[in-house]
Amino acid sequence: MKAPVVSIKNMDFSYQKNLVLSDVSLSVFERDFIGIIGPNGGGKTTLVKAILGLLKPQKGTVDHSLEKSEIGYLPQGNQVDENFPITVREVIASGLEHGLKIEFWKAKAKQLKVEEALERVGMEALRSRPIGELSGGEFQRTLLARAIISSPKLLVLDEPDTHVDNQFETELYSLLKELNESMTILLVSHDIGTISPYIKTIACVNRDLHYHTSNEISEEQLKVYNCPIEIITHGTVPHRVIKEHIHN
Amino acid sequence: MDLLELFTYGFIQHAILAALLMSVACGIIGTYIVARRMVFISGGITHASFGGVGIGYFLGFPPLAGAAVVAVLAALTTENLTRRKVLRNDSIIAILWSLGMAIGIIFVYLSPGYAPNLMSFLFGSIITVTSMDLWLMLALALTVTAIFILFYKPILYVSFDEQFARIRGIPVMFINYLLIVLVALTIVLSIRTAGIILVLSVLTIPQNISNLFTNRFSHIMIGSVIIGFFASILGLILSYYLDIPSGATIIFTLVILYLAARLIKVVIFGRWK
Repeated sequence: MKAPVVSIKNMDFSYQKNLVLSDVSLSVFERDFIGIIGPNGGGKTTLVKAILGLLKPQKGTVDHSLEKSEIGYLPQGNQVDENFPITVREVIASGLEHGLKIEFWKAKAKQLKVEEALERVGMEALRSRPIGELSGGEFQRTLLARAIISSPKLLVLDEPDTHVDNQFETELYSLLKELNESMTILLVSHDIGTISPYIKTIACVNRDLHYHTSNEISEEQLKVYNCPIEIITHGTVPHRVIKEHIHN
Repeated sequence: MDLLELFTYGFIQHAILAALLMSVACGIIGTYIVARRMVFISGGITHASFGGVGIGYFLGFPPLAGAAVVAVLAALTTENLTRRKVLRNDSIIAILWSLGMAIGIIFVYLSPGYAPNLMSFLFGSIITVTSMDLWLMLALALTVTAIFILFYKPILYVSFDEQFARIRGIPVMFINYLLIVLVALTIVLSIRTAGIILVLSVLTIPQNISNLFTNRFSHIMIGSVIIGFFASILGLILSYYLDIPSGATIIFTLVILYLAARLIKVVIFGRWK
């Protein structure tokens, strides 16, 4: 068996005295597509930030076999100032920056990559727009382009579908499916109904973490869902119901 | 008196140079301050530096040197305590703000004799800048410009999204501390011309005027330098002819320019925001 890309062992995390994650373990392997679901305040974002190395757990370990530059990240929309004086192109280009280098020469190659990323998310026409003049969906597209421009090995997305219209939502997930051919993806969402057809496995986070390998559907267990999240399904979109957690 | 004749005076030439150098440093640093919403932090650093002025008077060394030391200390303390979440950010600022002023007042009071230039520290005195002041301002303006040219992108990316910058391996802490020190030094050297009470406006009003017409960081910087210089010269001329204090006149000019810019925007672009 191959070594995991990310390996979390018995991790505890608390903000001051408030224990947010308790004894969490998770192994992420190459080309996994894990949906991280759970209620608000359940610790999804905290888990992701620990994986990214932005937060240090009080107990346990987070190891990865990746360089920092091999991780792409899309933060929750409310974590950045949406009125900051910066253009779409500049935001996307920041996904290529690494370390504190003074570079004047690589500009051409970088520009090409930015154009490529703009096309991928359908933002070519808005490349020079300041982000303050974008709609919520356009802003999310920009952040997605910034996350994928470096062709990272691990892509971490924290609620990429907030403020996004239905059309882009479908585009977004089929793009992620395509990217999953070459990238490992961690996708935080509170809407399992929408992401269900695209993800391979599910991690339920509500202080503790329950990992579900794929295709666990069981009619009888419809009612029992110990990770209390909203289950929303759109029309005929297939959804997945997960086996009951065992709590002691 | 003829306007051209006015420009032949040595003190006026000094004042023009001071206005130019201050506009360069404040235009660039002010854009950083406004974009990162650090105006209140800057206000704290500005007022805290008065403690250094007082200590300078009392111990008999140049008050501006005292102000520089105290401003840098206040800047580093604010940054550090905020990072470590020891206290709420705005509370730290308020404490340093009033503590600095208190120290300043006590030491000025204790100093023997009358502190003749006290008013010029509070309200600025662009027409009395010395060659030494100008050299210091030149060094600062060049340093600030060079750092922003060399590290423009990392500075922009850290300012926009610190966490993402950290994941990309950009030395976020280094940039934050470097910039807060530059903010402190820019404030201190602008105290000479704009004064403790007025310096904040030189760091924010030109930026907000530029921001009415452009939303790009680099354009706001360049626009602020030009607007700051224009307003300083205009204010200087007005203060000379109306025989009123130069610092206050410059601020007044800036505010009127801001209102005019808003009006122009409504008339030309038909929108208020």
